[in-house]
Amino acid sequence: MATSFSATLPLHGSQENRLLLPPIRLAPPPSSFLGSTRSLTIPSSRRLYHAHAARRSPVVGVQEVVKEKKVTNSLVLCILITKEEGLVLYEDMILGRSFEDMCAQMYYRGKMFGFVHLYNGQEAVSTGFIKLLTQSDSVVSTYRDHVHALSKGVSARAVMSELFGKVTGCCRGQGGSMHMFSKEHNMLGGFAFIGEGIPVATGAAFTSKYKREVLKQDCEDVTVAFFGDGTCNNGQFYECLNMAALYKLPIIFVVENNLWAIGMSHLRSTSDPEIWKKGPAFGMPGVHVDGMDVLKVREVAKEAVTRARRGEGPTLVECETYRFRGHSLADPDELRDAAEKAKYAARDPITALKKYLVENKLANEGELKTIEKKIDELVEEAVEFADASPQPGRSQLLENVFADPKGFGIGPDGRYRCEDPKFTEGTAQV
Amino acid sequence: MWGILRRSAVDGGGFSASSLRRTRSALVSARSYASGSKEMTVRDALNSAIDEEMSADPKVFVMGEEVGQYQGAYKITKGLLEKYGPERVYDTPITEAGFTGIGVGAAYAGLKPVVEFMTFNFSMQAIDHIINSAAKSNYMSAGQINVPIVFRGPNGAAAGVGAQHSQCYAAWYASVPGLKVLAPYSAEDARGLLKAAIRDPDPVVFLENELLYGESFPISEEALDSSFCLPIGKAKIEREGKDVTITTFSKMVGFALKAAEKLAEEGISAEVINLRSIRPLDRATINASVRKTSRLVTVEEGFPQHGVCAEICASVVEESFSYLDAPVERIAGADVPMPYAANLERLALPQVEDIVRAAKRACYRSK
Repeated sequence: MATSFSATLPLHGSQENRLLLPPIRLAPPPSSFLGSTRSLTIPSSRRLYHAHAARRSPVVGVQEVVKEKKVTNSLVLCILITKEEGLVLYEDMILGRSFEDMCAQMYYRGKMFGFVHLYNGQEAVSTGFIKLLTQSDSVVSTYRDHVHALSKGVSARAVMSELFGKVTGCCRGQGGSMHMFSKEHNMLGGFAFIGEGIPVATGAAFTSKYKREVLKQDCEDVTVAFFGDGTCNNGQFYECLNMAALYKLPIIFVVENNLWAIGMSHLRSTSDPEIWKKGPAFGMPGVHVDGMDVLKVREVAKEAVTRARRGEGPTLVECETYRFRGHSLADPDELRDAAEKAKYAARDPITALKKYLVENKLANEGELKTIEKKIDELVEEAVEFADASPQPGRSQLLENVFADPKGFGIGPDGRYRCEDPKFTEGTAQV
Repeated sequence: MWGILRRSAVDGGGFSASSLRRTRSALVSARSYASGSKEMTVRDALNSAIDEEMSADPKVFVMGEEVGQYQGAYKITKGLLEKYGPERVYDTPITEAGFTGIGVGAAYAGLKPVVEFMTFNFSMQAIDHIINSAAKSNYMSAGQINVPIVFRGPNGAAAGVGAQHSQCYAAWYASVPGLKVLAPYSAEDARGLLKAAIRDPDPVVFLENELLYGESFPISEEALDSSFCLPIGKAKIEREGKDVTITTFSKMVGFALKAAEKLAEEGISAEVINLRSIRPLDRATINASVRKTSRLVTVEEGFPQHGVCAEICASVVEESFSYLDAPVERIAGADVPMPYAANLERLALPQVEDIVRAAKRACYRSK
């Protein structure tokens, strides 16, 4: 079961790079990866290391293309997407953003309750990866899972109803914001504990391999596990990096590094903040990508997914991204620097993609406006639907605890409790 | 005698103290049961159950530490690697949280893992997955994702293994909705309940006992059949009686039966109930028995506070209060982390004398 270490080269410098921009022309990334430097001193070597890493990236995304276009006309520019793909990506990101904005509104109006964690600003990661997957591929996420569910295909109505706690929700109101499950779309949750989803995702990838090797089925399904920077200090993460590489599982570990775990800065809590480096330590490629740029994410994702489907094993992808809102709607978000927020707001992935599409003549403003309007209506309709839906009935309290409800045991009359009609009406005493 | 000692020594993978205990109990059980009927050790019963379920359903696979090449830390999975290959019997690294989560994820995706914990004490490193990702998932997903997984391994005290290897987890797991918790005693229990657990579409915590592995029990032809299955949620009345009800599970069933014999000599007829299923608890059988005898003694090996016995006492007081002729008696392990010294360990666990004394107290035959 030895891993082949030739597979540990990072995707930087991969032979598949068709883009021919000379390195000296490539401007260093406009923002510092290491986030706010207000009260922390960062060893200069680290920053330099990161700048090198970014410069080595073969993938040219929106920012650089737009810049380079102004500078030279003689370079052959590779447009990374077709018009159709571009519109699909745009629509998905707009859906994610509008939906989350609507969630915030609904929360402050009291229609939504409990813990709600919004994804604003990180749409490029979800869209970049999930739009490359098929329906039978699996996605496992954290509590910040609304947009992953939407990208994977769960309808906005189902997600909104679930958030309102109504019976028409994707989990009939029993899961809530942090537990979006959909068997149909292979959205395997929605986990509140950080790090909890990673082994579950590894298990789903394990099943793909098992189906191929033991059950002799045709199975090319991959699993994508999304989690944050805080999770990368958790033991389970390392246990799974080890086992995924050991068993060569078809999984992609996607780190949504938004630099903050509630109020804990990534720099304060991590001995070596460059998470992508942890991949090669376990025998898999580790890649760092600009997570505010959907096209760059998509290029890296394509490579990682293809690797997994070919049976070459896992990849660790670190996406540098940012959440525009607080950790949750209850978070006052006082610890983050206004300057840092402004810097990332200027790199809004949706604005960037819009600019790319328009400047490369893939779409005009009108078409994009139509999409935005369509999504607005979709989200409003989802809210109306959720509002109008009924709450779960009493009997639902005791349903679905077990797949085999005999697990409720034998009642005083000697029969199984679940056979008692009062039980399913929700009036029996448990 | 030497033959038995030699056999246990070769058979084991356990500590010498436990081999001695196994020898002693093997001798005792050889004496108490009729020779001529077929006998099977609990170890063989578990091994055959896993073997049969693996051959019946290719989605069943085993994972855990030392389950493959080492033939199982307690030899329960002996021979499975040779028979089914490394794609179905996984030797994992020492990563309880990781491999338990992988098992749960595989169950989400449709496979049927049997995850072994070397002892249930180690399950504490994975308890988040057992409870949060396995037990609660069917509910959180409103029935979309069920988790047909079995978590098995030795539970409770062994012999001289110290505080961190001796805790009984029955009460902890049995308090969680969404889990089924089973605790076999005899070889027949082991076979029937493990087969039922593997076939069950829900997460099952299967609590074995290291000291019972080497014990032989008579086993019926019916139990040897590959389709044999015991119902989950039904207790077994091991010995009928009319004066006092003794409820217990796992190793303590053996102690309770011995206590019942001692009580019979003094004219007290004790009814011994082997719970078999801690969750769901067979309250119907327990209460029916208490209504017959009017006295209850509950026994368990685990810590006393918030234990299985506490739940049984509460259930009996709620449902059969007017039938009780005496206060309910609860015997549990001592409220201390398990000591190492052999005499202290003996004091920290319920013994046959304790059960006899409690039963007599319930019958007002002693103070």
